[in-house]
Amino acid sequence: MSEPPVTFSEPQALPASSASVYDFIVLLKPTVMSLAVFTAAVGMAIAPVPLHPVLAFAALILIAMGAGAAGALNMWYDADIDALMQRTAKRPIPRGRIRREEAAAFGLFLAAFSVLSLGLLVNWVAASLLAASIVFYLVIYTHWLKRRTPLNIVIGGAAGALPPMIGWAAATSSVAWASFVLFLIIFLWTPPHFWALALYRSRDYERAGIPMMPNVRGTAHTRQQILLYTLATVLAGFLPVAFGFAGYGYGAVAAALGAGFLFCAWRVYRVREGFEADRACRLLFTFSILYLFALFGALWVEHGFGLGR
Amino acid sequence: MASGLDGNRPPAEIEDKDAAAEEAEQAKRRKRLRSLAIAWALFALVLLFFFVTIVRLGGNVANRPL
Repeated sequence: MSEPPVTFSEPQALPASSASVYDFIVLLKPTVMSLAVFTAAVGMAIAPVPLHPVLAFAALILIAMGAGAAGALNMWYDADIDALMQRTAKRPIPRGRIRREEAAAFGLFLAAFSVLSLGLLVNWVAASLLAASIVFYLVIYTHWLKRRTPLNIVIGGAAGALPPMIGWAAATSSVAWASFVLFLIIFLWTPPHFWALALYRSRDYERAGIPMMPNVRGTAHTRQQILLYTLATVLAGFLPVAFGFAGYGYGAVAAALGAGFLFCAWRVYRVREGFEADRACRLLFTFSILYLFALFGALWVEHGFGLGR
Repeated sequence: MASGLDGNRPPAEIEDKDAAAEEAEQAKRRKRLRSLAIAWALFALVLLFFFVTIVRLGGNVANRPL
């Protein structure tokens, strides 16, 4: 009896990618990346050990790369729900500009490269923290929490809060209370920032089946939580003064910004219906970004010009 | 623009072919730009590694015992 002839099918060529350079830049979530780089730079700048400018520049480039890797991997994992939401439907994967496997490969390469290079060029404490932030963002937040619990961004916010600790660690090869205070400010700031968005985009999240706080616990509860977390953030904003690594100039800026942040949160709490309620949420979302940039900027300027106590 | 007088093909088919050719040209251009971006990124990383190495070595090379 003769064996049937073995046949090999012709290997199918993958369709050529139509992605542009811009599509790959969008995949890195440049806005989120800019916040990570900025807060890392502040952590680096206020550290007691000065870092050589070339090393500082290299560290920031690699932190940006790591943050971008996390963004790309998040878009790879969440491509299905991104396609369902108005806010994210124009991202490169739902639009068909970048294939999922391309995004995964790009993200994995950047993640490995940024962590290993940061370890080799700067130090392994900073590299470990960068690896932790990428893994936390992808595994704990994106995979485990995002589709399961309304506390997704409360716990997941830890990933976005790590950059100032990475910056500090790049300069000192250690973690310290001061860097933890910066972590805490961003950690507490994250829920009111994203819940404001979730309030005026609640239909989007509902369509995608993401259990954000307004969809699960209701808008009234969310508004209350926003106010409480904003208060906690504003109080945490004074900790740099209490811990002695910021002066009264920073304290004054923190007070003014905190008053604005609380006012916006109060308006979200009070105005609950109609166009005005939507507007209050959008204002809080925008102001929260300004708050964080300006607060960390004040810390940086004060240290840069030696204006601290 | 397709006039419908190109051989015996209907105008819609000619337009489809034009669009496909245009898209192929666009894809080729995007691929070329991607390749250039990768090349520049690699060059920048080489420079970065070079300068960081020089900084980390510091004066140790110049002051080494001969």
